[in-house]
Amino acid sequence: MISNVTLIAANEIQRLFKSPLAWIILAVVQFLLAIFFYLLLSQYMQPSSSAPGLTEVVISGMYQIAGVVMLLVSPLLTMRLITEERRLGTIKLLFSSPISITELVLGKYVGIMFFYCLMLLMISLMPASLLFGTQLDLGQIASGLIGVLLLMSSFASIGLFISSLTDSPAIAAISTFGVLFLLWIINIAGTNASEGMAALFSYLSLLKHYNSLLNGVFNSADVLFYVLVSTFFIVLSIWRLDAERTYG
Amino acid sequence: MESEILISVQELSRFYGQQRAIENVSFNVHRGEILGFLGPNGAGKSTTMQIICGVVAANHGSVSIAGHDINEAPRRAKQHIGFLPEHPPLYNDLTVDEYLKYAAKLRGLKKETIDEAISISKQRCGLENTGSRLIQNLSKGYKQRVGIAQAIVHSPSVIILDEPTSGLDPIQIREIRELMRELGEDHSIILSTHILSEVQNLCDRVLIINQGSIVLDQPLNQLQNNSATPDNIEIGLRKPPALEALLGIEGVASVESINEDTIRINFNADADATDKIVEKAAAEQWGLFKLNPGDTSLEAVFMRLTYGDGEQSEEKENAA
Repeated sequence: MISNVTLIAANEIQRLFKSPLAWIILAVVQFLLAIFFYLLLSQYMQPSSSAPGLTEVVISGMYQIAGVVMLLVSPLLTMRLITEERRLGTIKLLFSSPISITELVLGKYVGIMFFYCLMLLMISLMPASLLFGTQLDLGQIASGLIGVLLLMSSFASIGLFISSLTDSPAIAAISTFGVLFLLWIINIAGTNASEGMAALFSYLSLLKHYNSLLNGVFNSADVLFYVLVSTFFIVLSIWRLDAERTYG
Repeated sequence: MESEILISVQELSRFYGQQRAIENVSFNVHRGEILGFLGPNGAGKSTTMQIICGVVAANHGSVSIAGHDINEAPRRAKQHIGFLPEHPPLYNDLTVDEYLKYAAKLRGLKKETIDEAISISKQRCGLENTGSRLIQNLSKGYKQRVGIAQAIVHSPSVIILDEPTSGLDPIQIREIRELMRELGEDHSIILSTHILSEVQNLCDRVLIINQGSIVLDQPLNQLQNNSATPDNIEIGLRKPPALEALLGIEGVASVESINEDTIRINFNADADATDKIVEKAAAEQWGLFKLNPGDTSLEAVFMRLTYGDGEQSEEKENAA
């Protein structure tokens, strides 16, 4: 079971890094976030600034933007997960091999999460460089890091599911982007609604749970929210591929 | 002695929505048997093969591979399967070695045996010198070979090949046929093809499927014995006589001229008039320079079972 999951994941990573896409995405994300990091840092360095703290302003601020950048980039990474196997016909190789659909889907998820962890590691080198000059609130950073990881996990599983629905990467990418964006801003939709609806919408928003983790509030309900979202879409992907075998 | 049944297919049916792909398909394949799977395009060959490999699930019926049911024990059943789909399932951005390694691991080969397995299957498919090349840079024939290599890398007892020789040049086709003959000695092979001579050269048994149902399932030697006399011949004459002169020969049913000097002669059932035609041609100095047996028996059977059937059902549709 584990060995098959790692096998699929390793193949995913291997092929990801064979294409220029992965490298370009790593470079662009790093470049954009470096600019934001610099801006936030120089804003903090202004003598007039009365900011609450370095970690709060610079690091949480950067992870906040990282979430938005990932929202834009993640669909491009997840779009090819299943669609490409279909287009190449390699899905037939996988289906005729002694691996289960669950292993296949988990392998894909683990593979893309490995890439996200790598990306996160590279991003985090920038705030970590501040450790040479000052003290940071490591607890808040850890909470923020968990937040980013959970957010990316939900992006990955939603993208994985949508890529299992179609055989065109472009359609998968744009639909994933639409869904992620909707879940991101859905709390705004609740502002004019009744109290109950507003609470529901704001609860569904990926952003709200993210923000509280970034602020260092480690609420297990927030963590559970992301775990549930990820699990839900992974299970849907498994069902979807199984149904394709049976009815498609 | 009856050898072990490696593939057992029982009453398979598969529908795509309202569209019937196959219905009530049953057959067995023994160890060491090569089964030729024939049928016009869209007859259900690929669907049947995909069901046997577990790529598509059947609506009814069961498949068991080496005694393991493909739905009840898919992991054990699929370990015995090597499958080459119609389009070889290749990752273009991997090298041949990387790809075969992945395929071997997917099939559950142990680390220690993988390198050897890959080199054997590469050698069998003539890929010794392409190991480090990217698959996307290979020609179509080589891609097809890589596809075959991945299907046999784990030396499965059941090999299923969907049109394995499509896109290959004649030399490669011959090599692949050699390979399949070699593999067929201790494996079961199902291969689908459009090339009837391939089936005649290679297969022990023929299965013809038309419009989703099996219309013929017979050992090849039986099939050939059944119709030892050819139905027709094609002759080339430098100085062809009037067609009526040929019609007069005993045993000739009909005559049609194909071009200026080539004539097709259809025989009456069970009458082989070849001898008489040659005698007459020599006596009358028609200048006989070519004598070809016409449609092979398999081709005749195939045409009768599939083409004629299609016409009939078309007529039915028109009538309705």
